[in-house]
Amino acid sequence: MAARVRALETILTQKGLIDPAAIDVIVDTYETKVGPRNGARVVAKAWSDPEFAEWLKRDATAAIASLGYTGRQGEHMQAVFNTPDQHNMVVCTLCSCYPWSVLGLPPVWYKSPPYRSRAVIDPRGVLAEFGVTLPDETKIRVWDSTAELRYLVVPMRPAGTEGWSEEDLADLVTRDSMIGTGLAREAA
Amino acid sequence: MNGPQDLGGQMGFGPVAPEKDEPYFHAEWEKRALGVTLSAGAMGHWNIDESRHARESLHPADYYASSYYEIWIKALETLLKRHGFVTQDELLVGKSLGGNARAKRVLQAEDVPAVLARGGPCNRPVGADARFKAGDRVRTKNFNPEGHTRLPRYARDKVGVIDVVREGFVFPDTNAHGRGENPQWVYTVVFESREIWGEGADPTLAVSIDAWESYLEPA
Repeated sequence: MAARVRALETILTQKGLIDPAAIDVIVDTYETKVGPRNGARVVAKAWSDPEFAEWLKRDATAAIASLGYTGRQGEHMQAVFNTPDQHNMVVCTLCSCYPWSVLGLPPVWYKSPPYRSRAVIDPRGVLAEFGVTLPDETKIRVWDSTAELRYLVVPMRPAGTEGWSEEDLADLVTRDSMIGTGLAREAA
Repeated sequence: MNGPQDLGGQMGFGPVAPEKDEPYFHAEWEKRALGVTLSAGAMGHWNIDESRHARESLHPADYYASSYYEIWIKALETLLKRHGFVTQDELLVGKSLGGNARAKRVLQAEDVPAVLARGGPCNRPVGADARFKAGDRVRTKNFNPEGHTRLPRYARDKVGVIDVVREGFVFPDTNAHGRGENPQWVYTVVFESREIWGEGADPTLAVSIDAWESYLEPA
């Protein structure tokens, strides 16, 4: 596959159809600039600022853009909030739709058949593989990203974090907790 | 199409196996694959729906044996050949054999940040009011189109409730095939697990999809 990709890049570059330097910038963007740290800041702000949380609930695209996170695979955002009664989990059964603007590139498992096939029929079984056990009575809502809406799960704020700064709170927000296959880290 | 991509509820793929501290890329070629795919897409000769359809049109045995970046590259070769940018001979020898293919646009390095930050919004005005409102009961269509669709098999001919009325979006079923954007209202439709999975379904589970209006009938 390495040779096949190199061949494509060579052919398209020789024809003047792509700029290899643009590829470097794209890779650098998703390696160093756009990743789950973006989403963690959104969640931490929602935990700290009720007005922002309300905005995020109402118009996630605008609320998230106010923090500077916009663009590719984040054009139409919806935030879904976990509560003691309901846990939210996001999947794309048909391909690999994922909110790049806030979470960056999706992990391999998110794009692979085991997760895509099972998330909609056996979410508790999937969660167990991530080490998450929910109470039996907790409702689970699975959001299958079949259109251009991209979903960000807002996990519940861990106990014992009253008065924490947004920066410290963001450290508790894992990528998986924003997909719904994890929970936020407990306060140390 | 009822292709290999339509995975909801399929069985036998084993555990999810999340990788601890997973790197963004597992090989150098994956970085180039991402960049080549995005750069080629930025030429503007096909849309995201045609890309998705090219990926799901891989032979099922090939699709399931491929990593996602491999799927991207195989589909990209198809798109580039279809639109006259490369030939099979060129792919075999790994270099340009001439030709005069010209792209509408060439993504330059200095434009990448702005292009990525802008993205490609797919919402469009629709010339009619939404047919459904939140709380309406709807039945999804029972169909098996040979072309692209975003209504998964597990959610066909099922009764659900309109959870959220979204806005108008480009209709993938026509857009993937060069038959126009034909925007329609999109709705988030939620189904009880028993409606979808029947006997033995997890009673605490509800699943939603985002459905274009023509996928839905009043129920």
